[in-house]
Amino acid sequence: MKETPLSNCERRFLLRAIEEKKRLDGRQTYDYRNIKISFGTDYGCCIVELGKTRVLGQVSCELVSPKLNRATEGILFFNLELSQMAAPAFEPGRQSDLLVKLNRLLERCLRNSKCIDTESLCVVAGEKVWQIRVDLHLLNHDGNIIDAASIAAIVALCHFRRPDVSVQGDEVTLYTPEERDPVPLSIHHMPICVSFAFFRQGTYLLVDPNEREERVMDGLLVIAVNKHREICTIQSSGGIMLLKDQVLRCSKIAGVKVAEITELIQKALENDQKVRKEGGKFGFAESIANQRITAFKMEKAPIDTSDIEEKAEEIIAEAEPPPEVVSKPVLWTAGTAQIGEGVENSWGDIEDSEKEDEDEGGSDEAIILDSMKMDTGVEVSGTGSQDAPIVLSDSEEEEMIILEPDKNPKKIRTQTISAKTEKIPSKKQLKKRKKKRAAMLKLT
Amino acid sequence: MAEVVSVMTESPAGGRARAARTVLGQVVLPGEELLLPEQEDEGGPGSAGERPLRLNAEARSQVRVVCGPGLRRCGDRLLVTKCGRLRHKEPGSGGGVYWVDSQQKRYVPVKGDHVIGIVTAKSGDIFKVDVGGSEPASLSYLAFEGATKRNRPNVQVGDLIYGQFVVANKDMEPEMVCIDSCGRANGMGVIGQDGLLFKVTLGLIRKLLAPDCEIIQEVGKLYPLEIVFGMNGRVWVKAKTIQQTLILANILEACEHMTADQRKQIFSRLAES
Repeated sequence: MKETPLSNCERRFLLRAIEEKKRLDGRQTYDYRNIKISFGTDYGCCIVELGKTRVLGQVSCELVSPKLNRATEGILFFNLELSQMAAPAFEPGRQSDLLVKLNRLLERCLRNSKCIDTESLCVVAGEKVWQIRVDLHLLNHDGNIIDAASIAAIVALCHFRRPDVSVQGDEVTLYTPEERDPVPLSIHHMPICVSFAFFRQGTYLLVDPNEREERVMDGLLVIAVNKHREICTIQSSGGIMLLKDQVLRCSKIAGVKVAEITELIQKALENDQKVRKEGGKFGFAESIANQRITAFKMEKAPIDTSDIEEKAEEIIAEAEPPPEVVSKPVLWTAGTAQIGEGVENSWGDIEDSEKEDEDEGGSDEAIILDSMKMDTGVEVSGTGSQDAPIVLSDSEEEEMIILEPDKNPKKIRTQTISAKTEKIPSKKQLKKRKKKRAAMLKLT
Repeated sequence: MAEVVSVMTESPAGGRARAARTVLGQVVLPGEELLLPEQEDEGGPGSAGERPLRLNAEARSQVRVVCGPGLRRCGDRLLVTKCGRLRHKEPGSGGGVYWVDSQQKRYVPVKGDHVIGIVTAKSGDIFKVDVGGSEPASLSYLAFEGATKRNRPNVQVGDLIYGQFVVANKDMEPEMVCIDSCGRANGMGVIGQDGLLFKVTLGLIRKLLAPDCEIIQEVGKLYPLEIVFGMNGRVWVKAKTIQQTLILANILEACEHMTADQRKQIFSRLAES
């Protein structure tokens, strides 16, 4: 499909706006659009967003035999693709001039600057080396592809981990991620491209041109710099004459911009590392903001909360006072007690024999105990039963709640006697009040 | 995969089709079938499949239903072809018009739509105009007000044209004109050389062109402006200065995802400054 043509009125307006130092999106001359970096679930996968321009980067590795003239160096391979998804004007399966230009620029920026230590990618000299492949896909095109692609490439490379390898004699062992942690690539520096668009034969200059500005511009200057302000690549296209101090000024601006971007990248990498270590959620799905045009919404019903406390107090005050409770535990046999109403405990006789096993089965019982506590707690608060709910909390010995579900599930509680049996009643009463109150609140 | 198939086969068999009246304003999905009001009266969804076509039977005089965008007639039901909210308009009595309010960016030419196009080529006696559709539209040089064989309109490549479709169907090249049936320009023709053209979604354009649109009234109070909306999602604005034009363009673009309160806040803040 053909590209949407640029109308005369857009062109005229853009140029006039640039002369007045204004840009369509309200940026200043030297401003970048918002950069957002998000990582995939796997290592070496990232999406970089530069305004509305989006690039997906994916790094993969493979063991191959090295080139003949470079027996001890790994191989780096870069590939940028402009899919039709990015803009309808991009044709699939054809190497357009723009694509060739961008790919060569990327290679010059990342391979020729020797930012990645290729010698560390050698496994057996002359036989086996790692080939690192960087695939970049343009997902959406809104100008300045090269900057977004170079950021995506370096971020993906920094994020990537290759499997660990050991060499013992002639034997090469490749470890899976489970056996040994994958190792990151050794990266010396991070070159990043910064684009400058020139208008009116170089009179006006803009950093990070968007798609419409790119269509109006007369010339483009791309400078790749790292954070140490070392220039890695410089390329001027569009056939405009630039003065020496113009280029110098651009390189200075590029240095500043790259320092900011590098910091952002490092922060993003650290963040991702931290989230992964903590076992939090990561990956693209987590980084996508929810932008819904239509959504099922729950209508919010207004609730009057002005005098809710007074109301609650009132209800509590009006409610019947909780009935008095039997405060003395009944001792059935040594080690067993009953508090409150309930049926007779039948466990007394077997208690002695059970006691021996108690130590071993302690942990299991604790779990059972927990679940039982939860169950009974709900029941009590739901029905507001007359019985005293006891929460066994601070006895030093093993505790047990024994329920007889077939007879009277709610009311029977038995407790192995602890040294502090005497204390329980008062505590219990307090707890009960609380429960009652909670139940009341729930009912309101 | 198996699940999808089972769902697909389930809905024509009956039981899943919902009554159009009950889902008004709700989200419908492509492939869904909707029952018309008269069918739901008669025995509900199960028996609806066995009934003969009621639309052109004797009931025609009583109920006349028009399928708008996003809907297609499928037997005696409505088949949803786009994802969006179901809307309905009742003209007096009977069925009325149903359509789906969807969100999209790609324009499909429709006869009668007013659009903004960009002239891409002049060839002989027709201009090729890009309207954002799959194919450029053609525009005859005689389709301007007062144009004759001698008196050609002054149209250059790259100019903006505001016009109307007279031919637009899926098998033919769309054709535009810049005159109405009386031969008057009626606001159509070449748009001036200044001003800014920008693109918004089709949903926003429809919202802005609605008769009781508050946004346009509020924008009009800010600055004096000239504005043209094309149904193909293109908007042309011109205000006194570049700054004002830029502000207007950005406001209109941002309006899409703002609630009425947020919008009022922004407009009041702008009016102060």
